[in-house]
Amino acid sequence: MTALLEVSDLYKTFGSGEAETRVLRGLSLTLAAGEMAALLGPSGSGKSTLLTILGTLMKPTSGRYEMLGRDLVAADDRALTEFRNLHIGFVFQFHNLLPDFTALENVVFPTAVREGRETAEARARGRELLVRMGLEARVDFPSTKLSGGQKQRVAVARALMNRPELVLADEPTGNLDRDSAMQVMELIAEINRDEGTTFLISTHDEKIAGLCRRQVVVGDGLVTG
Amino acid sequence: MLYALKIATRYLTASKAQTALLVLGVAVGVFIFIFMSALIGGLAEFILSRTVGDISHVTIEAEDRDPDILIAPGGALLAVIERGRTRQATLAEAATWVPLIEAVPGVVAVSPQIGGAGFLTRGAQVAQVSVTGLEPGRESAILNLGGYMVEGSERLGSGTILLGRRLADDLSLRLGQTVRLQSSGGVATVLTLGGIYDTGNGMIDASGVFVGLPTARTLFALPQGVTRIEIRLSDLNAADTTALRIRALTGLDAVPWTDGAEQLMEALDAQAQTGYFLKSFALITIVIGVASALLLSTYRRRPEIGIMRAMGAGRGFVIFVFVTQGALIGLLGGLFGAAMGYLALLPFPSRDAFEPGTLPMDITQGSYGLAITLTVIGAILASILPARAAARVDPVTAIGQ
Repeated sequence: MTALLEVSDLYKTFGSGEAETRVLRGLSLTLAAGEMAALLGPSGSGKSTLLTILGTLMKPTSGRYEMLGRDLVAADDRALTEFRNLHIGFVFQFHNLLPDFTALENVVFPTAVREGRETAEARARGRELLVRMGLEARVDFPSTKLSGGQKQRVAVARALMNRPELVLADEPTGNLDRDSAMQVMELIAEINRDEGTTFLISTHDEKIAGLCRRQVVVGDGLVTG
Repeated sequence: MLYALKIATRYLTASKAQTALLVLGVAVGVFIFIFMSALIGGLAEFILSRTVGDISHVTIEAEDRDPDILIAPGGALLAVIERGRTRQATLAEAATWVPLIEAVPGVVAVSPQIGGAGFLTRGAQVAQVSVTGLEPGRESAILNLGGYMVEGSERLGSGTILLGRRLADDLSLRLGQTVRLQSSGGVATVLTLGGIYDTGNGMIDASGVFVGLPTARTLFALPQGVTRIEIRLSDLNAADTTALRIRALTGLDAVPWTDGAEQLMEALDAQAQTGYFLKSFALITIVIGVASALLLSTYRRRPEIGIMRAMGAGRGFVIFVFVTQGALIGLLGGLFGAAMGYLALLPFPSRDAFEPGTLPMDITQGSYGLAITLTVIGAILASILPARAAARVDPVTAIGQ
């Protein structure tokens, strides 16, 4: 399989002087296109920082990060914003939906913000994704009126809206009950299998990690397994 | 950027009470702006109409001849013949100029006149008067004599004279009675009182008299020409430019009313400046109000801004959302405030129907369009700082909140 992204010798340091904290200490990782990998590790091991850097929301202190052949360390904010919109999807632990918008409006956001308006095609794609997530009856519901599991499924649909090559999920089931968590994971696995979307899922849950074909263990700022 | 507009609108409609309060605050500022514009503008118009509304806006007077002098062959001045006290200079070609001046844009009426001093005698009573000879049919061209008549008519027929109420009372004159008018040159005639006016101006009512132009020619021995031409304009404020135009057209010394009215102009300027200050304060209040409300909104929506940024919204998009919010608040507040201002001004009498004891508001001078435009611009400027703050939100920090 071809490599979708490759990071090497990644360092990330916060603060300076006595308050300096080195979170990543020369981490290297390669993800192949179509992989479904779990990112494991104790709290403070650098999982979230790694996901943030991979998601182009933060730059490393040093190191190399390439995705789809693009050097993402050298790119400026505008280029990273555009790249993120087109190629990376996010699923957060606390769904992070826009509260004043409906489920469908949340899902189509990544496309609408790029095209400057909500096109009929985008709305059709968003509706199709919500149906796939089992939310056909909640399409036009205000996002604040959805249950926790429903919100997280809307968040997954939003992450897939622009057909990104990579979806980064930070504890996507951490805030859900067991049934809802399994539903969300089954959906992710189905999309990975059917569409070849690459997933990197940060989790503390061994059971969730077991649903992934690869486990990446991070400890002390390095990939340890 | 339709999508940014949609998000801005959604943010405003999501917090209806907050938005309504904000719009109301802006509207009050606009209301004050409009109210002050109508008051200051109305007051200025009122003062002008009461002070210079009934006088000539542009006056042409014949230039006095230089005094005759006698110079010796060596250049020494031997004698100077002093100018007489009574104005002798005349505009001999007035009949030629009048139609030309009437054709100048902005000129409403032209009144060729003969003016001079005289004595009004009735029995043993004598009053010194200022005599103005008016062309029959143009009696109300400058001073609205027709509007001020309290008895009789303003029509100046042959042998007719018009007096002010105070003068008529002083001489115990009634309509139809006769009176003797003698010019300063000693020519006298007996005239019939055809009308009594009350202008409210003490000088005119107590010592001004009006006669027909033919009568004035006899009294002041001017078989042709006039001593001055008075011109009324549709726009008082255009007097300077119109006077220049008439000067260029006729070569005559046309003088606008503003010459010699410096104190009045200074007073009006000071009044206008006061108005600008008050209106500026209203605008500053609007800008501060919008800026603080949007800053609060930016702070409250930091997590959402972080999410948008994570989903691929650029900084420009975020700025546009918040600037659009500011513009919408300004537009809504501007329209609402302008409507409130208009409705509040409706009960006030028009400038022409002004009554003592009320404010001389001029509903037409509310500057509605200007108020709305400045408010929208002010609100947009006010939203730039919050919008830039929003665009600088770090998505990682914001989402982690």
